[in-house]
Amino acid sequence: MCSAGVELTGCRNRRDPTMDAATDRELRREDAERIAAICADVGDDPHRMMDILRAVQDDLRWISPPVMQLIADRAGLSRIAVEGVVSFYAFLSQVPKGRITIRLCDDIIDRFAGMPAVAAAFEAALGIKVGETSADGAVSLEYTPCIGLCDQAPAAMVNDIVLTQLTPDRVAEVAAALRGGQRPEDLISHEFDDLSPHDRATRQVKNNIRHAGASLLCPVPDGAGLQRALDMTPGRIIEEIEASGLRGCGGAGFATGRKWRFAAAAEAERRVIICNADEGEPGTFKDRVLLTERPHLLIEGMTIAARAVGATDGILYLRGEYVYLRELIEEVLQDRRDRGLLGQGIGGAEFDFDIRLQLGAGAYICGEEGALISSCEGLPGEPKTRPPFPVTQGYLGLPTVVNNVETFCHAARILDKGAQWFFDMGHEGSHGTKLFSVSGDCLNPGIYELPYGLSVRDLLAMAGGEDAAAVAVGGASGTMIARDQFDRTLSFDDLSTAGAVVIFNGSRNILEIVEYYMSFFVHESCGYCTPCRVGNVFLQKAIGKFRDGLANPEDIDYLKDLSGTIIETSRCGLGTTSPNPILTTLENFPLIYAATVKPSKDRIRASFDIQSAIDSARHLAKRRSTIFDEDFSK
Amino acid sequence: MTGFTFTIDGVEVAAKDGQTIMEAADAAGIYIPRLCDHEGLRHQGSCRVCTVKAGGRSVAACTQPAQAGQAVENETPHITKLRRDLVEMLFHEGNHLCPICEASGNCELQAMAYRLDMTQPTKFPYLDPCRALDASHPDIALDTNRCITCGRCIRASQEIDGKGVFGYVGRGINRRVAVNGADLSDTDAEVTDFAISKEVCPVGCIIRKGEGFSIPIGEREFDKSLIGHKIEGKKRD
Amino acid sequence: MTELRKARIATASLAGCFGCHMAILDIDERLIELMKLVEVDRSPLTDIKQFTRRCDIGIIEGGCCNEENVHVLRDFRRNCDVLIAIGQCAIMGGLPAMRNAIMHSDAPLRECLEEAYITGRYIRNTTHQVPNDPALPLLLDEVYPCSEVVEIDYNIPGCAPSGDIIYETLAGLLAGKFSGFEREQIRFD
Repeated sequence: MCSAGVELTGCRNRRDPTMDAATDRELRREDAERIAAICADVGDDPHRMMDILRAVQDDLRWISPPVMQLIADRAGLSRIAVEGVVSFYAFLSQVPKGRITIRLCDDIIDRFAGMPAVAAAFEAALGIKVGETSADGAVSLEYTPCIGLCDQAPAAMVNDIVLTQLTPDRVAEVAAALRGGQRPEDLISHEFDDLSPHDRATRQVKNNIRHAGASLLCPVPDGAGLQRALDMTPGRIIEEIEASGLRGCGGAGFATGRKWRFAAAAEAERRVIICNADEGEPGTFKDRVLLTERPHLLIEGMTIAARAVGATDGILYLRGEYVYLRELIEEVLQDRRDRGLLGQGIGGAEFDFDIRLQLGAGAYICGEEGALISSCEGLPGEPKTRPPFPVTQGYLGLPTVVNNVETFCHAARILDKGAQWFFDMGHEGSHGTKLFSVSGDCLNPGIYELPYGLSVRDLLAMAGGEDAAAVAVGGASGTMIARDQFDRTLSFDDLSTAGAVVIFNGSRNILEIVEYYMSFFVHESCGYCTPCRVGNVFLQKAIGKFRDGLANPEDIDYLKDLSGTIIETSRCGLGTTSPNPILTTLENFPLIYAATVKPSKDRIRASFDIQSAIDSARHLAKRRSTIFDEDFSK
Repeated sequence: MTGFTFTIDGVEVAAKDGQTIMEAADAAGIYIPRLCDHEGLRHQGSCRVCTVKAGGRSVAACTQPAQAGQAVENETPHITKLRRDLVEMLFHEGNHLCPICEASGNCELQAMAYRLDMTQPTKFPYLDPCRALDASHPDIALDTNRCITCGRCIRASQEIDGKGVFGYVGRGINRRVAVNGADLSDTDAEVTDFAISKEVCPVGCIIRKGEGFSIPIGEREFDKSLIGHKIEGKKRD
Repeated sequence: MTELRKARIATASLAGCFGCHMAILDIDERLIELMKLVEVDRSPLTDIKQFTRRCDIGIIEGGCCNEENVHVLRDFRRNCDVLIAIGQCAIMGGLPAMRNAIMHSDAPLRECLEEAYITGRYIRNTTHQVPNDPALPLLLDEVYPCSEVVEIDYNIPGCAPSGDIIYETLAGLLAGKFSGFEREQIRFD
């Protein structure tokens, strides 16, 4: 499957694609004109490089060296700078892709839900292997990490639309329809173009709201929070948020009011509000539901934040995997502009604020706020050196507030209902409600909005996951717990999480899950710093040794030791949490590791398998070993 | 400009406002090991070899501002162990066969291993990359299998030469240094560029043709002295 | 009733260039002193092919590139109390392990042998065959450091290690007070 380990070894035997491409065809004149128009659309602004490259990728299906040169010339950059961006994002390609690109979700939940059979069905129906493009350039088939549809796995993207709950039979229909010339949109509905953006989204993806809580998924009034905020001073808004106890819902849990206060206090002529809708943590999909069902509340929250800190510019950074929500969000933004709720003089006050939608292009790291800002600036998604922190110098050096989708939504509700109302929910240090994305081995996967402080056991009971043997709280970078810890609570002071609750029953192979998570981090590391770029590859390889029964007893200490170095020396949160699947399973499932190691006999390593080491030579030489084959040695 | 003091391994060090821990340490003649940082180039903080403990947290000394009164740990056994792991990772990531490398003896990666008392890089599996050599340029060759992605050449070319010959491409373990063109001969690189000088590439990745193995074993830079000696030498002056 | 006897040493050269064995001779005149303390059992230096009895110290040069290397190395592990890997090849595969980095196809070993004996640009092999005498040991799929095949007690770095580091390590071990290398002694070339 698409583990980056494969990619690494794969890079050995293939020639560098950029080298091949460099010798390829010259740019055609009509292509050059279209690219020039795309660049001109954003004023040849290098900071809009993501928009340029996404549009060129959609148009030409790849970004060749002469295309990179043309874009570089238009934007005033060097070709290597453009190549740095193109080669960073998974959805941008330096080799020609098919007119239709099918991306199969490779998450562990999708695998357990039957993705291998779905992938095989696609391969059979299309006549290509995963990772290939058909000779006629019609279709490409590839794997992609979690696309945020774990509650309706196995799922896939077909260009800009998504298909869920795939089966081999459905795959056969899909392939036949595409081969018959239908558009991906036609797979959803033959009246796709006549549907509203919201209907288009919900025809593709179910919301699966299993429990609506008091803050976000209950019925919410339109605009009440913003209305109150417009009557308050900016300082008063920040006080209200601080008093509510709201903490960031993207995982780190920083106090939202404090963040706003820092940004408001930073000296600057312009300030920026960014919404982080790049939820890429395997098993997390709550923001997808908010973006679908509460987009106005989200924009309202961003507008309130802008009012509080004095920001004029807003960016909503939507992960590339959620491109199917683009029209829905654009419609909401336009509607609010039309109603005077965005743009100049909001609510009749002296308050200007507008938001642009920035799409990502397949990079988990862009969920890290510095990397997200880099991406918004048109750069590879690399985290920034801290200090300075974004609240003082963020997007283009301006004071910037970056908050999660859920955080902004809560902020809007707090302004409507009051700080005390929010503070009274949950418990000390963890106030309000939280959305949990529940998936895996349970009867009712979906979204649960619950006050903080619930136990894992209670949530499992609600979701019909009582036979769980392991739960990954917080997804890949979170904590993997065993049955004896199901009484632990979901809160900042115990199991802190952005909301992913991934359930595994006793039939699942823990080491397979851990290996998948490590391959995910290897694939998604930006590669900027040594420990995360290299160390995670070694962790992945070490787990592979355990799975293959080739681990020595001292390899358990090796895992702990290497994990410690990665955590302590990595530059951002990806590296400081990527060893978690290993460390938490070593702690909570120690017997699984102990049972797979091979102790040495006579200090000769049982983990070295001479038979497999000489097997290829045996075939090549067409003779057996005079030392290690029994018929000779006896 | 006002100043303050802090300590590195118990030694009091003077610093100016806005200085990083490493800048203040360098000025005081205290060496903090580093690979991606180079005097005169923008700090990048990517190799993490300059990791120190400051205020109880591990930070990169090259980018972390010094703070008044802070106690910084530099060459403690724990920090040295972390650095050894990082240097060892770099050895295993690329192809670093010292006996056949013309940088041997002048190589900062190798010298750093010596300083950190690494007997031999054996801790991790070798990743054995096999990237094509770029020998297209008449005076310069590029073996990125030896690249440790420190990016010193990228910054040197941009900031000192005003050119932009090099840049990063790729992500994760596939991140590497590439050139602004189809190959090196397709760029405006010249052997007289600062980016190409032996001061910039810490390993044997950027090769000046016709120069290899000109200094006999025993007389190369790190045959005679430990890496960091130039900075530590300042202390005695 | 401890028997006062000379320490017994054995040596072997696996996938290496024999340079580390030559480096052992770089001990020079101290060799005479050393020989008062040790006797050499199985070794290419004595031409003794099998262990005559259990040895105190085994010294291994070279990594494992074929089945015979594995067999010899295991034999050394069984028959020696302390096993030392000497030189870069024994420790991490060394130059022979360069083949690990150039074998990329689905049939890496075949690709490697064909390049070496048939298709390589400078090959003049009129038989156009890969040598395959029954007496040739089978090659391993890749070159392995000794420590992946057996447990190794000490590594002496260098290519080849200096006479000094070899002498001091052996002298230290024989005196029971070896405690690691001086920083100046460690060299990777």
